[in-house]
Amino acid sequence: MKIFRAIASVVVTIAALAIAGARPATAADSIDPDADFKAFRDYFTKRFPNVPLNDFVNGPYSMDAELRKQWEAIDDFPPYDFAIDRGKQMFATPFKNGKTYGDCFPDNGVGIRQNYPYFDLQSGEVITLELALNRCRETNGEEPYSYVKDEMASLTAYMAFTSRGKPFDIKIPNDPRALAAYQKGEEYFYTRRGQLNFSCASCHVQNPGNHIRTEVLAPALGIVAAMPIYRSEWNGMGTMSRRLVTCNRQVRGVPLKPQDELYRDVEYYLSYMSNGLPVSGPGARP
Amino acid sequence: MRLRLKSAQAAILAGLLLGADAQGQALPGQALAFDRSKGNCLTCHDIKGGDAPGNLGPQLADMKARFPDRKELTAIVFDETKRNPQTVMPPFGRNLILTDGEIEAIVDFLYTR
Repeated sequence: MKIFRAIASVVVTIAALAIAGARPATAADSIDPDADFKAFRDYFTKRFPNVPLNDFVNGPYSMDAELRKQWEAIDDFPPYDFAIDRGKQMFATPFKNGKTYGDCFPDNGVGIRQNYPYFDLQSGEVITLELALNRCRETNGEEPYSYVKDEMASLTAYMAFTSRGKPFDIKIPNDPRALAAYQKGEEYFYTRRGQLNFSCASCHVQNPGNHIRTEVLAPALGIVAAMPIYRSEWNGMGTMSRRLVTCNRQVRGVPLKPQDELYRDVEYYLSYMSNGLPVSGPGARP
Repeated sequence: MRLRLKSAQAAILAGLLLGADAQGQALPGQALAFDRSKGNCLTCHDIKGGDAPGNLGPQLADMKARFPDRKELTAIVFDETKRNPQTVMPPFGRNLILTDGEIEAIVDFLYTR
């Protein structure tokens, strides 16, 4: 499917943005992540020619100078610091069986955030960092954590922090199941839902930089890079799972369960679209 | 007394036509338009008299001049995706966010802006 390419060309037409070579709808049913990737990136870089590519990972701050000033003012004492410290401590603390989180991951879990999510050819599913962390716990006889905040956000905050600056490197193996997962994620992202009839793309592709009330909408390009985030609105940390669930609720839709296969597919799609951009998490957002 | 009441009522009626009652208070449509669980128009539109508006949609001003046909404005609030499939404006009528009566009240209010 070339959903993004189709939508982007319509959006572009509406916005009267002259993107040269808007794709013709040839071979509309083929799944072509590379072509999607190029169209996706071109759309954002042409719409925001003054935003350096790597700055998209800073979300709303890349779109709004005033907001950026406020962010820079608090960045000396970032509100997510406690989560990094806590995550680090959790990583250093063995489970009851003596194993550690590091034992579950390559390179002891340090500096690997940019490789998640990945498609696992054995189980035939997308494995996100959050899922891998809870599976690590369960494999070692520990209870899984809530996916949305607290301990989970501390663990991913630490793992993101040790990976800052590393470019996203998401791979889609040449396997029909991986391509199907990618496609399902893409479809979910562009499908309208909820009483308010919004898709994820309604805000983050069609309206990045615009305001809902006083809030500045983040661009979809790079939107995964800052996860997990401290949100003032939440008065605490939240994971990618939390962001997806709250987005669904805000449009008065029915959220999926955190780490539902479809949510993981969405994260897979979005992360692939962010390939090459640096990890910036954990982040702070209004 | 009775006479005064009558004139007050007349003033209210006249005020309704002008977009406010005799005391200059807001039309019921304004509360519906600004209510976050109802129209929540300010999330995306700048409307005179409302605080902290968003800008996904155009400013709602000069409405009489822009929409001489009331049916057109009502239809936009009811379901703008019919006219523009790419719009992000929620279909307030089709998705039962607002009743027909509430939409009419909001349109009354919008014509005062």
